[in-house]
Amino acid sequence: MNTTATHSEHYDPEGSKIGMWLFLFTELFLFGGLFLVYAVFRNKYSADFHHVAHELNAFIGTFNTVVLLVSSMTVAMSITAVQKNNKRLAINLLLITIMLALVFMVNKYFEWSYKFEYKLYPGSPVVMNLPQGEILFYGLYYMMTGLHALHVLIGIVLLTINIFKVRSGKVNAERYSLIENSGLYWHLVDLIWIFLFPLLYLAT
Amino acid sequence: MDNTGNIQDNYLKYRGRFKGLMGWLTSTDHKRIGLMYMYAIMVFFIIAAFLGLLMRIEKIAPGQTIMDAQTYNGVFTIHGIIMIFIIVIPGLAAVFGNFFLPIMIGAKDVAFPRLNLFSWYIYIAGAIMGVLSQFIGGGSPDTGWTFYVPYSAESSTNVMFALLAAFVLGFSSILTGLNFIVTIHRMRAPGMTWFKMPLFPWSLYATAWIQVLATPIIGITLLMVIAERTLNIGFFDPALGGDPLLFQHLFWIYSHPAVYVMILPAMGVVTEIFPTFSQKPVFGYGAIAISSLAIALVGYFVWGHHMFTTGISYWSRWFFSFLTFIVAVPSAIKVFNWISTMYGGSIDLKPPLLYAISFIFLFMIGGFTGLTIGALATNVQTHDTTFVVAHFHYIIFGGMGFAFFAAIHYWFPKIYGRMYSNRLANIAWGILFVGFNLLYFPLFVIGIQGMPRRYFDYLPQFQTGHVISTIGAFILIAGLSLMLYNLIYHRRKGEVATANPWKGVTLEWLIPSPPPLENFDQIPVITAKPYTFEPAEEAKQ
Repeated sequence: MNTTATHSEHYDPEGSKIGMWLFLFTELFLFGGLFLVYAVFRNKYSADFHHVAHELNAFIGTFNTVVLLVSSMTVAMSITAVQKNNKRLAINLLLITIMLALVFMVNKYFEWSYKFEYKLYPGSPVVMNLPQGEILFYGLYYMMTGLHALHVLIGIVLLTINIFKVRSGKVNAERYSLIENSGLYWHLVDLIWIFLFPLLYLAT
Repeated sequence: MDNTGNIQDNYLKYRGRFKGLMGWLTSTDHKRIGLMYMYAIMVFFIIAAFLGLLMRIEKIAPGQTIMDAQTYNGVFTIHGIIMIFIIVIPGLAAVFGNFFLPIMIGAKDVAFPRLNLFSWYIYIAGAIMGVLSQFIGGGSPDTGWTFYVPYSAESSTNVMFALLAAFVLGFSSILTGLNFIVTIHRMRAPGMTWFKMPLFPWSLYATAWIQVLATPIIGITLLMVIAERTLNIGFFDPALGGDPLLFQHLFWIYSHPAVYVMILPAMGVVTEIFPTFSQKPVFGYGAIAISSLAIALVGYFVWGHHMFTTGISYWSRWFFSFLTFIVAVPSAIKVFNWISTMYGGSIDLKPPLLYAISFIFLFMIGGFTGLTIGALATNVQTHDTTFVVAHFHYIIFGGMGFAFFAAIHYWFPKIYGRMYSNRLANIAWGILFVGFNLLYFPLFVIGIQGMPRRYFDYLPQFQTGHVISTIGAFILIAGLSLMLYNLIYHRRKGEVATANPWKGVTLEWLIPSPPPLENFDQIPVITAKPYTFEPAEEAKQ
């Protein structure tokens, strides 16, 4: 082992958690920029925003909110399962979480393609003929939900990595920083959606 | 590690899993990563400085001299992008922060060594994208490094690539900042309380918070401009229903604090240098530590002073101007502390101290002219003139740049275990200092007289100033070349340096030069305040 010089191993779960929280702060600021732009435009064109929000399907939005909330619960449960050394349960719960994330994405896909059918995408002639506030709303809608969807995809990748690590035993009851921090990330994805949902779907 | 044979080897020599260049490119050692940043920064600095020289040559006479207007636009844009995003923002924190932060707080490495290496790769990817933006697509970007919308949303040049480069570089900056915060919180040596920590780490701590909290804003802003260009999503471009002023707000919410990302570590460096070369504890330790945090905090709320002429309301201008004056106070506190540190000390005028003293001189010119621009009435006169150009070059180059040179001259013996020639270093400093002032001071004068910035042509009445400035540019380049020659040549060929050539007392001077792989054989236990010089012991020797 010591024939080559390598760094002695440094494992600091508390440090990793601080690092993760800092990273989550940066994510909040990233979306914060969009929330700020939303606030400015909504203030300027509140009537348009109220009007165009009717076009969004509040039922699918609500359904997706429930899906994400449940997935947040299952990921939290899988962390507890790891801490209790119940490998199989942990993996199953992670699989359920990923399933729910996929359900969310499929809904999103139908939602977007439905809009595209009516030529309601940014820069389309239909959208460009709408009142200015409605153009901006669609822009924000696609940017915000798009960026959020990207985060869901990254979350799915993270959770998948966790499944393999739990299975191989690299994540276990003694060392569970990775799954705990991935869980934190997943909660953030959930949390941001909880703000996006009323801002976009319930602005009527 | 119980293999003492390897611990004896210093970090430059040890062999990990790979040897040669791969041994560096795969190393998670904070010292090697710091040097890799330094070499990358040096290469890009030479490129960007050369572009700067080309601009100066263009301006030696009115009318077209060596390039046309569009080329000039491209050159100042890429000069700005490289200098700001690739050199100055990572600059001191990524190079000397990486190298010396863990050593100065008595740690073996940063908290996340692999993440640290990853940030370097992201940085290199971003830097290469930035340079490539010059050569591929519809011509080199011509928006200026500020990417103001609507032009950046509509320019047919390769703005996309430059935007992406800045976004990627921001990501690297965030990860470095995050790493440093956790390192400082978790890895200080036993006994090193917050107020026993040296002041360079303190300044890095303040810097890291700005990096973490401000950079995401520019990230999302750049993404929005990218979405605007590619997906026609209107945020800022009035043609798509957006608001261009909103872009300026978002841009400066990051880019003003970014100025403090540049200058705070510079202040930290000179704060290390003054006590060492005065052999005297730093004056006002607490005030310096807290003023770093104060600068970081207040620096968030002054972005509007870049927008005084855009028609924002009277009260917001009043407010931003007021805060701009407030943010000058902690900077001034530091200046007083540095001078008081030297007062009554036994001053040893070596090259690092020369650079540190000229840092104060240049930084003060930059700072005071900053107040001229920060005042509402004079701002209207000087806005978008070369006065502003001179101001920020005094701050960024005279401040951060000279602090970088001070740092490399200060820590060179520690990094390479060799000494450079003091005589050459002094001469290079003299040439550099004269060249710098000749280059930038005339820009203040012609700026007040009305010479606009970013113009490749000018009225004949400004020619004297431009000619002096161009002569200064050549002198500056000569000084830079001599300095680089001195450092590069003596990196391997210089006299062998002792562990503590400057009689410093912070932790990095207690370990061998160059440092061993894991810095400390035994993690030191800290009992005293930093900068405690012990004359009694010296007398005994």
